[in-house]
Amino acid sequence: MHPLGYLSGSGAQTASVLPLMWFMLIVSIVVTVVIVGLVIWAVMTKRAPVGPQSLRTVALEHRDGVKWIWAGLAVSIVPLLVTAFWTIAVLAKTGAVPAAPLTVNIVAKRWWWDAQYRDGATGGQFRVANEIHIPVGRPVLLHLRSSDVIHSFWVPKLAGKTDVIPGQVNAMWIQADAPGRYRGQCGEFCGAQHAHMAFYVAADPPLQFAQWERQQMQPAFAPATAEASAGLSYFTQHCGRCHSVRGTPAHGTFGPDLTHLMSRQTIGAGMLQNNPASLSGWVENAQIVKPGALMPNQHISGPDLTVLRAYLETLR
Amino acid sequence: MSPPPATATAATAGSNREQSIRRTPTIGRSTPELRERLQRIWETKPGLYGWLATVDHKEIGIRYIVTAFVMLVIGGIEALIMRVQLASPEQTLLSPQQYNMLFSTHGVTMIFLYASPILSGFSNYLWPLLFGSRDMAFPRLNALSYWIYLAAGIFMYAGVFLGAGPNDGWFNYVPYAQFRYDPGLNIDFYSLGMVFLGVSTSVGAANFIVTLLRMRAPGMSINRLPIIIWGTATASFANLLIVPAVSLAFFLLWLDRQFHTQFFQVPGGGQPLLWQHLFWMFGHPWVYAIVLPAMGMVSDGLPVFCRRPLVGYAPVALATVATMLLGFGVWVHHMFATGLPGLSLAFFSAASILIAVPSAVSVFSWIATIWLGRPVITAAFLFFASTIILFVIGGVSGFMTASVPADWELTDTYFIVAHLHYVLLGINVFPVMGATHFWFPKFTGRIMDERLGRWSFWMTFIGFNVAFLPMHLTGLWGMPRRVYTYPVEMGLGPINMVSTVGSFLLAIGFLLFFINVLRSRTRGVAAGDNPWDAYTLEWSTSSPPPPYNFAVIPTVASRHMLWEEQLGESNERSNLEEGFILDHGKEALATSALDAEPQRILHMPGDTIIPFVLAAGMLVLFSGLLLRNWPITAIGAVICAADLVAWFWPRMSLLERGPAHG
Repeated sequence: MHPLGYLSGSGAQTASVLPLMWFMLIVSIVVTVVIVGLVIWAVMTKRAPVGPQSLRTVALEHRDGVKWIWAGLAVSIVPLLVTAFWTIAVLAKTGAVPAAPLTVNIVAKRWWWDAQYRDGATGGQFRVANEIHIPVGRPVLLHLRSSDVIHSFWVPKLAGKTDVIPGQVNAMWIQADAPGRYRGQCGEFCGAQHAHMAFYVAADPPLQFAQWERQQMQPAFAPATAEASAGLSYFTQHCGRCHSVRGTPAHGTFGPDLTHLMSRQTIGAGMLQNNPASLSGWVENAQIVKPGALMPNQHISGPDLTVLRAYLETLR
Repeated sequence: MSPPPATATAATAGSNREQSIRRTPTIGRSTPELRERLQRIWETKPGLYGWLATVDHKEIGIRYIVTAFVMLVIGGIEALIMRVQLASPEQTLLSPQQYNMLFSTHGVTMIFLYASPILSGFSNYLWPLLFGSRDMAFPRLNALSYWIYLAAGIFMYAGVFLGAGPNDGWFNYVPYAQFRYDPGLNIDFYSLGMVFLGVSTSVGAANFIVTLLRMRAPGMSINRLPIIIWGTATASFANLLIVPAVSLAFFLLWLDRQFHTQFFQVPGGGQPLLWQHLFWMFGHPWVYAIVLPAMGMVSDGLPVFCRRPLVGYAPVALATVATMLLGFGVWVHHMFATGLPGLSLAFFSAASILIAVPSAVSVFSWIATIWLGRPVITAAFLFFASTIILFVIGGVSGFMTASVPADWELTDTYFIVAHLHYVLLGINVFPVMGATHFWFPKFTGRIMDERLGRWSFWMTFIGFNVAFLPMHLTGLWGMPRRVYTYPVEMGLGPINMVSTVGSFLLAIGFLLFFINVLRSRTRGVAAGDNPWDAYTLEWSTSSPPPPYNFAVIPTVASRHMLWEEQLGESNERSNLEEGFILDHGKEALATSALDAEPQRILHMPGDTIIPFVLAAGMLVLFSGLLLRNWPITAIGAVICAADLVAWFWPRMSLLERGPAHG
């Protein structure tokens, strides 16, 4: 219903934060209702039955009522103190990184997310864009870097925001306690396409995650058809300066790594469903789909687009 | 009670000149001849020169108020355009660049060009009247402060109309605000505009502080100050401390952008977080600076309509100061997600939660004032009373964001948009609308239409809540701030439509309010001196007040000068009929800082065009800096320097040259 809503969650972090959040929310609503009630009741029961013209006919009151201020403060201080201590307890709990986490390096860029995985055993590594897979039930440590301006990493259903600030590495950990695709969104204004700087965290059962990792580690398959081969050479020539496909001469790092592009469900940082139609639309007219994005429109002729698309579709 | 002897007269006379400084002021009553003499001495000459040269605090106050309301309308129109864009998902009315400039300009306009100046306007108009004084301590500085505000506003809006308005939010985070990522003149207009505007805020604050310490009527000791004085004075002290931080930050940013310094640039060892600290060390106390005076309006206005003194004067006055003191220790709650160490997060979180305590003092005081009074329902009362409700809603949402782990979710979502608008409209705009109804009779001599006033109240109150109450939920459902659109599948379309409808109802409410102001100015019912039977000194003079405010300087014996007979709190009585007659030129009375004992006769400067010329020279100077055009910059600097020489040239009439001893 609300993919970014954070009144419910599935993460180890949200499990400790949500009770506090609901407590404060309920306290806030109760306080508001009580105060609104007091104001309305006071006005209704105490109002002088005169208009502004005959205001001076109402005799002045001067009973002292300062005790009501102290009474109000005495009542207010209780939830405030409870909240303060509860806050610090939750802070202690969410701050400590659990042992033996999986580590993923995230680089935030205008306006997409680059995730770098390294296999501890083999030392092999790979990069994916905007779809970050993690194993269910296991803490994942994220090292957050920015290559340009300030962004903020936020997957509401798993954890709160951590800013991604150039010149420093911020760390946070997440853990999904149920499998699923959790939407994320940049949480700090970062320019033209801040609105469309989304991503997904896909929490897979451990076996499935291992399989995904193995598959992503592979270089791209060599194209099997003549059409796809033509597409590869077009890609290397025109796209390889910014994008890389492992196993080919294209290894630009400015844009997303496309080695296993077709294993992702969305493109354009969570903007479009990944299908042939939206792929060609994006390649041709990225500036219309996402004005201001750093991917220029490709002035690409019909036949070139056909072979390029044929090649991209092989990147499974 | 007769006025106490002026201690200023104790000095023995030396030369004749010395006698003119240390003469014994006459004590007497107001007579038609005296009023006519004072009118001639104090009135501003008609015509363009007089208009540019006036240093009358009332004229300056009204200009501040009018200019700030114009900015409110402009900022409001910007908001409506944004609400149309956001009414449903994936609209393309605005490009992302246009939207980003609009939300940034809206914030800058409302926070810097409306919220603070409107309060300066009311305070400028009211302070000397509340003090039983004839003017602010530094009338020319007062004029300068207004002219700079106007010039800085024009400067910043010149950028907007050239398509180069601020576009990185009012908070203007680096490195996005650096030349590399934002190469237009947008941020240069904003940076230099803020340094420029900072001069206005600073000189204004200094003027309020000295006025507080020197210009109160005899007997107005600090425990007799109206709460609006506590609010504005506290805000002024804070402004003197915080404005330098933000002026410095913007100046350094401008150097980074134009001269490749590396204060905030990562490659040169600069720190993006340094900007955030400098900005929020200013930014958070600033929030209190733009609400405390408005809370004072409620604390002083509500009792008049409740027909009783404010409940808990001392706790409310002290809570005003305490809020500001704590307010200096909470800025990091704007930075909870930046990766700061847990210990400092815990400290700032606890401080931010506990700042609710002094705020709650005012809320309970206002409720008790209604409860223990006999409220007479007027439009002004409705605006003041609704402040309590809106303040509490803005307060509890603020309390939620004070908790670090919750804030990590709440921050930068529409929950914060809801929170900050409840705070800024709830305890700035609504009190200001109430204050306009309340003091309009004093400003103009006419009462605002009551029926239209109630219509505008209900329209703004309902419209505001329809627009902003659902926004809490929009935020909890995950809508991020500062996005020019949002995808359909986020499920946020219908609730955004509700907010957009509410924002237009709110706009209609404002429209009714402004129609009321304009109509009542000429067609309102005549007010008389004290239409609300209020208790402070401004209601003891005519409506509108004469240029000299008070023909004789009143002597104050209590906090409720005009209610002493009815309240019977003590046997002492203020004396408003008989007091010092200061009529040897433009004269005012200086009193001691704490007890307000008379000390000196002040010779006040007359109308002069010097402040206007200085502001104009500064506008030239800042335009030269913006364009990096050094000849224009030099011309501006020369105008400013020459003007300052003229300003500080010693004048006999102001006794600025010592007596010539042989």
